[in-house]
Formats: sequence, C-alpha cells, structure tokens
Amino acid sequence: MSSTTGSLPTTAPILFEDYLALGIYVGIALFLVAILLLLSWGLGHRTRSRIKNEPYESGVYPTDNARLKGPVPFYLVAIFFILFDIEVIFVASWAVAYDRLGWAGFGQVSFFTLVLLVGLLHLWKTGALDWGPSAARQNRKNQDIP
Amino acid sequence: MTPEMLSLSNSPGLFVGLMLLKLIVVFSVVMLMVAYATWCERKIIGHMQTRLGPMRTGWHGLLQPIADGIKLFFKEDIIPSQASVVPFLLAPMMILVPAIITVAVIPFGPDVTVSGLIVPLQITDLNVGVLYILAFAGLGVYGIVLAGWSSNSKYSLLGGVRASAQMISYELAAGLTIVSVFMLSETLSLREIVALQSEPLWGTFSFLPNWYVFTQPLAFFLFVITGLAEINRTPFDMPEAESELVSGFCTEYSSMKYALFFLAEYANMIVVSAIAATLFLGGWYGPLPSSLGVINLLGKIVAFMFFFIWLRATLPRVRYDQLMRMGWKVLLPLALANVVVTGFVVVLLQ
Repeated sequence: MSSTTGSLPTTAPILFEDYLALGIYVGIALFLVAILLLLSWGLGHRTRSRIKNEPYESGVYPTDNARLKGPVPFYLVAIFFILFDIEVIFVASWAVAYDRLGWAGFGQVSFFTLVLLVGLLHLWKTGALDWGPSAARQNRKNQDIP
Repeated sequence: MTPEMLSLSNSPGLFVGLMLLKLIVVFSVVMLMVAYATWCERKIIGHMQTRLGPMRTGWHGLLQPIADGIKLFFKEDIIPSQASVVPFLLAPMMILVPAIITVAVIPFGPDVTVSGLIVPLQITDLNVGVLYILAFAGLGVYGIVLAGWSSNSKYSLLGGVRASAQMISYELAAGLTIVSVFMLSETLSLREIVALQSEPLWGTFSFLPNWYVFTQPLAFFLFVITGLAEINRTPFDMPEAESELVSGFCTEYSSMKYALFFLAEYANMIVVSAIAATLFLGGWYGPLPSSLGVINLLGKIVAFMFFFIWLRATLPRVRYDQLMRMGWKVLLPLALANVVVTGFVVVLLQ
C-alpha cells in the first residue's frame, strides 16, 4: 500500500504469526469469560418459582409479548446507515490510494460525497431524521390552535 | 547487518515464549484496569458530589472491586422463562470479548531487541489494524441487540433498539474521522501510525510532535464525541437510561452475566481511550523517554478515563431526538467535510 512512497516504512505482508497471536488472545478472552459464567452458574444461589422468572415489568404481571413491532424510524436509521456506511467504505478505499489517483480521484470522490450529501439534505428536509413529531405535523398542530 | 524481526522461523521458542508473555501481561493489565476503573469511577464521582465513595473494604475501599466480584459470583443466575436461552447466554460474551480483543493491535511501547532480534511491543501488528478496530467496534452492537431481543422484556427490547440505532448512527462519523487520520499516515498499521507521530511537526511548530491531534483537531474532537456515544457513556447513555428504561438492555440479567455487561462498559472505555491516544496523541510517545513508553500510553489512557468519568459527573443525559439530531445533522456532515478538506490538502501538497 505504501510502496510508492519511499519515506515510509513498508507494510509487512500478512503473516501467520500475527494471526496466531491474535487467535490465542481471542482464545484466552473467550476461555476466561466462559469460566466466569460457569463459575457463577455453579456457585450461585438457586430457587425456582414461576413468578420470579417472569420478565420485569415494574412489579406487575407482564402483559403480552415483548417482541413488539419496532417504531419505523429505527428501520429508517438502519437503512440510512447502510447507505452512508457504503459511502464510508468507498471514501476509505480512495483514502488508502489517493496518492496514486491524484486530482482525478479527488474530483470523483468529492462528486460522490457531494451526491450523498445532497441525499442527506433531502432526508433532512423530508423529516426522515426527525424524532418525535415531525416539523410538518408540529406546524399543522400550531395552526389548529386559534 | 540490520537486525531481523523476531518470527516463528528464526527463533520459534523465543517467539512463542515472548508472545505468551505479551498476551498474559496485556490481558492482566486490561482486566486489572477494568476492575479498578469501577473503583475509580465510584471514588471520583463520590468526591465530585462531596461524598466519600466506597470506604469499608480495605484502605479507602481499595478491595471493593474484589468484594463486588465475589458477591456477584454468589448471586442467583436467573434466566427469564420467556427468554431465548442461547442468545441470552451468548449476548454478554459477545459484548465483552470484542471489547477485550480490540486491545490486541494497540502498540504499548517501542520495538525492543532481544538477543539480536527485533520484538515489537504489541500483541499483533496487523497491516489492517485500523480496519480491525472499526470491525470490532461494530461487533459490540450485536451483543447489545441480542441482549435486548433475547430477554423478551419490553425494557430490554427498547434499550436494545435504541442502542443499535445510536451506535450505528455514530459509527458513520467515527469511521470517517479515522479515515482522515489514515489519509495523513498512509498506513493502516497502528505501529507505523505511532512511529510517524514521533517526528516533529513542520515549520515553526517543530517544537511540537507530529501528533495527529494538531493536524486533525476536528477529527479528534469528533472522535471523542462519537467514541462516548459508541460506548454508551453519559451524556449518551440512552440505552440504559435508568429513569425511563430501568436498566435498558441488561434489565433481565443478573449475577456474573450482569457483571460482564458492566465490565464491558469499562473495557470499552479503555479501548476508546487507547485508540484515541494511539491515533491522535502519539500513542506511547510522550513526555517520558521511549523506554518508559508504556507509562506514556497508560497516562494518556488514564487521562481520557478521568475525562469520561468527569463528564458523567457533570453533564445530564441528552434527549433521544437531540442525540440522533447531533449524530446525523452535525457530526456526519462535519466528518464528511473534514475528509474532503483533508483530501484536498494532501493531494495539493503531494
């Protein structure tokens, strides 16, 4: 990656050793967490009763299933995230090679960013990023009040 | 002859021995810091509110984390009757493990020479270290969503959904700020990023080191804010807002499983502090000579942790619409503009 710029230390190729160390580290972390969970499962005090294992709902009997239908704005946020995260990926892949792409690359990525920025402004304007009552609805409400 | 890097081929015994030593030391230090971060938080917030904080167990409550740990081991391990058991058990692991293993790419000192071979003081010097950090920061979301969904409790579900929306919103800005750092460094390896930051800054500012906080102040500022939001710390702790959601996604958890969420919060604080110190504040380069590099890095991490705790004692929680508005309408455009301006400048200077 940095092979074209002579002043920088060259990036080492992917080595088995790097991933060996990482793998063992992940193993240690998983092992410790599993031990903690097993120990507490074995040591913990245990009593059984039907009501105790009900989900917590401020001290009253739980009503209905908790797998509610999520509010739509959360789905919207997920979709926007995918859109803009793909943008981040494109920008990142340009950023690691900008020295070879020069002004042409910069122009292209700026145009791409600009298009998505216009998209963001559109979302902003249509109220997709608003939480709570949208601006349009609030205006309507204000007009109703004599 | 320039010394070679220590590898599995030129000295297998030494390599494996040193690797295990590094693993165990880093792991123990991280776990110790996590345990004592809880004590520090209680003490610092206590004193900021003119209380004393824990005082009974040991000198000034120094044994409090151990006492808490033992107590939590003996608590009842409740699995709610309507929960989905496998994801319910996996969720705490899926939060804590990514937090711990992100530390693996943080360099904690200069390269040392052992019997003529160079050993980097880092668990693993991945050449995609920055992407590794972004990937594992993203993995933490799964644990929270899974915890919220599998508990089958309304508070947990709301906490989980809020947390996921918050974390993915801020991840965009966080990713973009990191992009602007590796445009300056032209490498994704954290060891090389730290090495580049040891050089002096240009021109009249050459008395300062080339820390990226000086060349990318906006990115640093955005990274700290998005980092706070990613780890769900006050003022962005909406997912576990006690006053409205009981305890958010960990409402149904008890015993050690609850403790894992608690540990993960502090482990994430350490991770964000370590990443901010490494990417923007020169990592282990600092006022002390590089033979004491570890102390430089730990000092920076502790300073960040203190700052995070201080914020918790100072700021009230923001409202959810304010939080999302800030993420999408302020931080994201600022981070995008920062990347484009940085790109313009680096291409111009090239």
